[in-house]
Amino acid sequence: MSVHSNDSMNEMSNLDLETPEKPYLDSNELIINMGPQHPATHGVLRVILKLDGEKVLGTECVIGYLHRGVEKIAENRTYAMFNPYVDRMDYVAAVSNGLGYCEAVEKLMNVEAPPRAKYIRVILTELNRIASHQLWLGTHALDIGAMTPLFYTFRDREEILKIFEKYCGARLTTHAFRIGGCQYETYAGFEKDVKNFLTHVAPKIDEYEALLTTNRIWLERTKNVGVISGADCIALGVTGPVLRASGVKWDLRKAQPYAAYSEFDFEIPVGTNGDTYDRYLVRMAEMRQSLRIIEQAVNGIPEGPIMGKVPKVIKPPVGEIYHSIEAPKGELGYFIVSDGSTQPYRIRVRPPSFVNLQALDMMVRGLLVADVIAVIGTIDIVLGEVDR
Amino acid sequence: MADEVKSPAPPPPPEGEKKPTAEKPAAAAPAAPAKPAAPAKPEGPVPMPWTSPLVEKYRSQYGSGLDAQTYLGQNYFSVDRSLIPDILRLLRDDDQFDYCVDITAVHYPKREKQFDVLWNLYSYARNERVRVKTQIADGASIPSSVSIWPTANWLEREVYDMFGITFDGHPDLKRILLPDGWHGHPLRKDYGILQQDQEWVQINLGIESGQ
Repeated sequence: MSVHSNDSMNEMSNLDLETPEKPYLDSNELIINMGPQHPATHGVLRVILKLDGEKVLGTECVIGYLHRGVEKIAENRTYAMFNPYVDRMDYVAAVSNGLGYCEAVEKLMNVEAPPRAKYIRVILTELNRIASHQLWLGTHALDIGAMTPLFYTFRDREEILKIFEKYCGARLTTHAFRIGGCQYETYAGFEKDVKNFLTHVAPKIDEYEALLTTNRIWLERTKNVGVISGADCIALGVTGPVLRASGVKWDLRKAQPYAAYSEFDFEIPVGTNGDTYDRYLVRMAEMRQSLRIIEQAVNGIPEGPIMGKVPKVIKPPVGEIYHSIEAPKGELGYFIVSDGSTQPYRIRVRPPSFVNLQALDMMVRGLLVADVIAVIGTIDIVLGEVDR
Repeated sequence: MADEVKSPAPPPPPEGEKKPTAEKPAAAAPAAPAKPAAPAKPEGPVPMPWTSPLVEKYRSQYGSGLDAQTYLGQNYFSVDRSLIPDILRLLRDDDQFDYCVDITAVHYPKREKQFDVLWNLYSYARNERVRVKTQIADGASIPSSVSIWPTANWLEREVYDMFGITFDGHPDLKRILLPDGWHGHPLRKDYGILQQDQEWVQINLGIESGQ
């Protein structure tokens, strides 16, 4: 407001025009809801935004729309019966959920899966990591306005789902592992399918990168957007690619190896700026590292049994255990308390999405509304896991 | 299966798994039924005292208020409630437990102090985990650790939501997963698996029952 007629100046005489800090027009803070039914919130997430024009002053996440009481269900199921339920938390990385749960119960029972089962677990889990990152890339890019990557990633993710389907009959909520090992032996042609996939998908990742990595619009939308420092990540408990993109070289597969990860050679990609672009680069690099792991695993897969010595009735001794794995989204932990019966006394799931989502507020303050979409995408949440 | 279990009583094992327990007493009925059960229990590993310079340090500082044990290679402190949050702050400031992995609780309705509250900590520098446990009574509160680890904010809200444990000094202690007006805390053992806040469902969803 630079030009005023005398009349309007008189009307506004109650405004203090002398001090320059006070604007002619009072801009009210605006409170608006983003979600819960919003395609860019990746499920039913409601974010209450406090805005000054387009600028975000603060946010509050309202979650729980998908709460099914998974931890309560666990207390009313046997250990084996609860196994399929964990797939329904992070449903785009169901294999990882199952791996964490089975290993936690195995640890509590003091049994170990045989080497062949461990290798199968690694191959499927890393395939699932790629599938999860592909789905993240497609939807994240779509949110920002790039439509093509979605078709590319879904086309290639299909190949992974086909392997899952051939292996265990399910594509998404696989229930691939059992406590003590694996239920199914690999099908004839499994190794060939996996090797085919490896040669097929490696150039495809270059294709995604060709679309985005040096794309000017992509750079504008992601560089210096949603910056978070490594120290803030640690304070907020943020793990996974978000932590690594902020320069903290920490991956549970290396720090506290589980399954057969200590036998494979791979690197932990890290970023430097902790912005949305670095998180993109880290995930792209992670997909390539996963390919490396799968290649080593499928070439070195040992012969032998796939099921450890586990009694028919799973009855862990009285005690408690915490076991966590590096899920595609971060540290996925299971804290199990056993009272010596066939049903767990308490299972606590430490969900990476839930904890990482808490950093949203810090990451979007001062940004524009459109950036909130980019940041929600870059944290890579799955609401099924946030709400459990 | 176990769906029908309504409230406190621990749910019976499912049909198929009753067999082994039913067979045993039949075989050993005339003799001493306690004997076969007794050697079965200590079969698994048992918690051992945990010794390390870290434990010595805290023991000399806090004495009897603290017990350190290790089970299946995992270390934990069982501490008196009065040591919270001092010991948590010391663990972060002096011993680099800078990452609060998780805060949770376990309900033991038969105990006098009904709740175990647990802090699951990790140190990036030491690559080491430790759990801190304390017991509190129903209705008692516990100091918040949001000022120590900001991540405790949502984790404590979830514990409050699910167990009804209040955290003193939490900046915004309210429900997180369930709606604000909900009655009851579902992860308590006396909350049935099919139980719901019918009144809330009727008022807010306009249906007779959520089931």
